[in-house]
Amino acid sequence: MSAVIPISQSENSELVTTAPPGGPTRIRPSRWMDAVFEHVTRLFALLVFSLLAAILISLVVGSQHSLEKIGFSFLWTTDWDPVKEKFGALVPIYGTLVTSLIAMAIGVPVSFGIALFLTELSPAWLKRPLGTAIELLAAIPSIIYGMWGLFVFAPLFQTYLQPVVIDTLGTLPGVGLLFAGPPLGIGMLSAGLILSIMVIPFITAVMRDVFELVPPLLKESAYGLGATTWEVVWRVVLPFTKVGVIGGIMLGLGRALGETMAVTFVIGNAHRLALSLNAPGNSIASALANEFTEAVGDLYFSSLIELGLILFLITTIVLALSKLLLMQLARQEGTRT
Amino acid sequence: MNGAAAVINAENPLYRSRKRTNILLLTVSGLAVLFGLFWLVWILGTLLYEGGYALARAALYYQMTPPPGADGGLANAIVGSLILCVVGTLIGTPVGVLAGTYLAEFGKRSWLAAATRFLNDVLLSAPSIVMGLFVYSVYVARVGHFSGWAGSLALALIVIPVVVRTTDDMLKLVPNSLREATAALGCPAWKMIVFVTYRAASTGILTGILLAVARISGETAPLLFTALNNQFWSLNMNAPMSNLPTVIFQFAMSPYQDWHRLAWGGAALITLTVLVLNIVARSLFRRTD
Repeated sequence: MSAVIPISQSENSELVTTAPPGGPTRIRPSRWMDAVFEHVTRLFALLVFSLLAAILISLVVGSQHSLEKIGFSFLWTTDWDPVKEKFGALVPIYGTLVTSLIAMAIGVPVSFGIALFLTELSPAWLKRPLGTAIELLAAIPSIIYGMWGLFVFAPLFQTYLQPVVIDTLGTLPGVGLLFAGPPLGIGMLSAGLILSIMVIPFITAVMRDVFELVPPLLKESAYGLGATTWEVVWRVVLPFTKVGVIGGIMLGLGRALGETMAVTFVIGNAHRLALSLNAPGNSIASALANEFTEAVGDLYFSSLIELGLILFLITTIVLALSKLLLMQLARQEGTRT
Repeated sequence: MNGAAAVINAENPLYRSRKRTNILLLTVSGLAVLFGLFWLVWILGTLLYEGGYALARAALYYQMTPPPGADGGLANAIVGSLILCVVGTLIGTPVGVLAGTYLAEFGKRSWLAAATRFLNDVLLSAPSIVMGLFVYSVYVARVGHFSGWAGSLALALIVIPVVVRTTDDMLKLVPNSLREATAALGCPAWKMIVFVTYRAASTGILTGILLAVARISGETAPLLFTALNNQFWSLNMNAPMSNLPTVIFQFAMSPYQDWHRLAWGGAALITLTVLVLNIVARSLFRRTD
């Protein structure tokens, strides 16, 4: 592979599979095999193409019962009572959004710092091992994060970090309400913290890749004018890659919203709306993981599927936006050079 | 000249404050790296510490998952996980490779290929629990019972986007001159793809498959509603099948100490497998660079 130098990468080079007509001994290439092969691969491409729509349709069909019976009030009511058959999705939706926002608040600056270090500061020999180590964070299965969070992180967090947070941030007027309440170890804050570790590798990978797209000429010009490394990153690299950086953040957000097992272990699974981040809550994915196999009754069941539908819609929109932004950066890159 | 000297002069307060900001923020950036590494080391260390003992016990590998209070191992879960992953990969890989082939070799810049790439990238990061929900509603609910097939199907749905993406990317890296040379020899397109471009891109495609296997071997959420779990030894793909992730979930959430120990053992086993697969995939890919 490495021995061949790529010469022509033109996309529309038609492959000529027939010999010029009129030749004396012409071997007919098996045209029908070509057609079969192309149609078979197209069939599978169509399968992938329609998968997302199929998932959407199956979820809508599955949640029909609750869509009809509960309607839109499902989105803003907080009751979750399988016995009285009253279902509202506000608590899990709130928990999903809050934990993801905490994850972003911590994960984004840290990922930016790591990407900055990897692209601008790290010595060349350290780049690869460091990059791999950060990527390995993404390889650890989410159930491991959950188990570690429940048995190792939450008790330590409860005894050492959480009381400090409650005593400092919790006493502030206004914001203090977010950090009030007893230190339980598990809850939305710990779930958000663990999520933040999980999204770091995804955001870092995108940021590092887009930072490397910045033409060296631009950076060298800034350095030539006497800018410090930070000024080059903040005033040249970041404005140039803005779209891609936002795309990376959206990708991380999409990941955080749909994360199941890590959150299920530490969020506390309480169907109660609480302002304080120290309180246990619930997320869409963990409600599904905990209750789906035990759900009895049509309405309970289809309410859970509707939760899945909401999660699917939110993540799909976020991920699609992320992809669009990254594609826009790639297009800009194409026109600029 | 004088002006420039004044600006770079170490006494200049503006220059000094800019320098201070620079050093401060670059230190923060270094700390961010340490922050990331800190968790990695902590988590892996905990796994080795808590799971090491369980991993070293031979019983882990040949005894069945026990009822609380009894001695046991994870043999049925290990075998169940292996079967689910192998079958899931066997279903997902051909679909992914063929779809990726269409994107890179036939579709190229057509609207179908562009749209499929876009949707595939969304699928790549879609929540895995939704895949489980999907397989539940189209398969489990119809058949009426949880089964190993359903679990494998859900895992295959996670394999497909990974393999589509890598196959597409890797085939695009194959130089067109190879294709032109093959065509000039009178080779039909399908033969060219199967015998030339696949071969040129084989390491890259294999890397993608390995990464997909690494991803599914730790997946829990899609198995909860599909393969469910089984306390006993079972190789029947039409029945609920035991698997490591759900056993870990069940055991870790329980109040029993000996179940916790087994859960740690299983967690260490899964993580080791996933990390080894990742490192093998990476080193394979690096060799082709």
